[in-house]
Amino acid sequence: MRNLFTLIGKELHLYFISPVAYVVAMVFLAVSDFLFYLQVRGISELSSRHMMQMQGEVPQLIVHEAIFIPTFRNMSFVLLLIMPLLTMRLFAEEKKGRTSELLMTSPISITQIVFGKFFAAMLVYLLLLILSLHLPLVLSIVTEISWAPIFSSYLGLFLMGGVFLSMGLFASSLTENQIIAAVIAFGILIGLWIGGVSGANASESGIGEIAVYLSISKHLEGFIKGLISTRSLTYFISMTLLGLFLCYRVVESERWK
Amino acid sequence: MIAVKQLSKRYGPVVAIDDVSFTVDKGEILAFLGPNGAGKTTTMRILTCFMPATSGTATIAGFDIFEEPMAVKRRIGYLPESPPLYPEMTVEEYLVFVAKIKGLPRAAIQPGLKGAIEKCGLGEVSRRLIGNLSKGYRQRVGLAQALIHNPDVLILDEPTVGLDPRQIIEIRELIKGLAGDHTIILSTHILPEATAVCQKVVIISRGRIVAVDSQEKLSSRVRKSEKISLRIRRGDAASLEKIKAVAGVLQVSPQASEEDEVAYIVESNLGQDIREHLSKTVVEHGMGLLEMKPLVLSLEEVFLQLTTEEKMPESQQQTVKDAS
Repeated sequence: MRNLFTLIGKELHLYFISPVAYVVAMVFLAVSDFLFYLQVRGISELSSRHMMQMQGEVPQLIVHEAIFIPTFRNMSFVLLLIMPLLTMRLFAEEKKGRTSELLMTSPISITQIVFGKFFAAMLVYLLLLILSLHLPLVLSIVTEISWAPIFSSYLGLFLMGGVFLSMGLFASSLTENQIIAAVIAFGILIGLWIGGVSGANASESGIGEIAVYLSISKHLEGFIKGLISTRSLTYFISMTLLGLFLCYRVVESERWK
Repeated sequence: MIAVKQLSKRYGPVVAIDDVSFTVDKGEILAFLGPNGAGKTTTMRILTCFMPATSGTATIAGFDIFEEPMAVKRRIGYLPESPPLYPEMTVEEYLVFVAKIKGLPRAAIQPGLKGAIEKCGLGEVSRRLIGNLSKGYRQRVGLAQALIHNPDVLILDEPTVGLDPRQIIEIRELIKGLAGDHTIILSTHILPEATAVCQKVVIISRGRIVAVDSQEKLSSRVRKSEKISLRIRRGDAASLEKIKAVAGVLQVSPQASEEDEVAYIVESNLGQDIREHLSKTVVEHGMGLLEMKPLVLSLEEVFLQLTTEEKMPESQQQTVKDAS
């Protein structure tokens, strides 16, 4: 346990002394704030026209439906594009700087190394999500919003981040080159993302159904709408573990080369 | 302390090391000597549990490297060929991190850190970023990293490579000072280094051990005759004849000499000590004895002889892949 904390601490240290985490956070917040602003402006124009016709406030459910669902969808897509930048360094850099030799000849297990890196990345991601909480907070000043679907959306984003980061970690373990690691991670994530779109078109066949089930976006949709299903929970957690397992196998097999 | 038994490592058809066996006693320094690509790094990586061997085994401090790798790793300090450093960390941060993952108890971290910084002369740079340090300092940080948890065994892969001559001497002195408390294996392809630092030398070539012995014994093993270097004040053709006449002398060859002295190399049969007779002759004839010393082959000569004399069978001639 102590080893795990040491490894998490070291990764966090390296995250926050390099500019990557700050740049990723800045881009994520700027883009999602801008997209949020567009949604809010659109809906306020619409509702002011609405109010002229029939008096009364916009119901809470419509606020969520009209503002937060598209915002969280956009946010998840932005995350798809920037999360591989958080994980690309993790194993590639250890290999390139030969520090993997230090880790592998120290009395720590490969499981601890993999989980140390994963948890550190998850903590950085969690911080990112907490920072983005200012969006609903700002909106709650001017209008009533319902917090329950916001909570489930954030839970969904958090779990989705687990899949993104574990797949990114796996991609990073495959190469010494950070850029290649990021590109492989993009490939895996976009593949999982659009699986649902292409699957929906071919939903008659069994393959289509499988593709829909494997699609990240389909499972996230439920969380964003306020629906926490065990099916999606199982999906996110098992995909995360799959990524970590693949990563573990790659790191372990490195010894045999 | 270290016992290596018939260790072999193959990369597919390529044999990196073949049937390597040797032992190192507690407190000894063993040099692993060989040309580039001989299998030094591969052997060290196997001993540090970084990679498994194809066959054979080794025990370190009584623990088998395959059965109990965690116990072995706790007792080993390892400096790989390129020191495993995080350039974004300061020296202190880095060493504390290493101390923690090596399993040093919390209370022992600060004393260990202080000791390692002191031994490796890192006091001035302990708060600087590793990325900004010179090559020599990085090498020292690598060494500090290997000994911060006070391991029984130190495995150093070419510890002086890339350093300037003064740093090389400093690092060698440091390593010598560490022997006794620690058992040390170091690899090098620089021969004087083995001469300067080690008690025991393993010469490895193309993955096979060609000689294991102490340095003196190795020299005498390849010697074909005893040689004595002799310098006298007054020497001419007559004195040369008189030296040749000494019982047991095979050959006398004059050497380049300075103005008022003459130098010879006197050869005799192996195992025959002619020094007594030789000195008597020289003194009795008033040649003015200046110096007389037995010539021992330098390790360099031994090394060349061993690695070039042994003709490998054709199948072994393929290039051995160095794991680095």
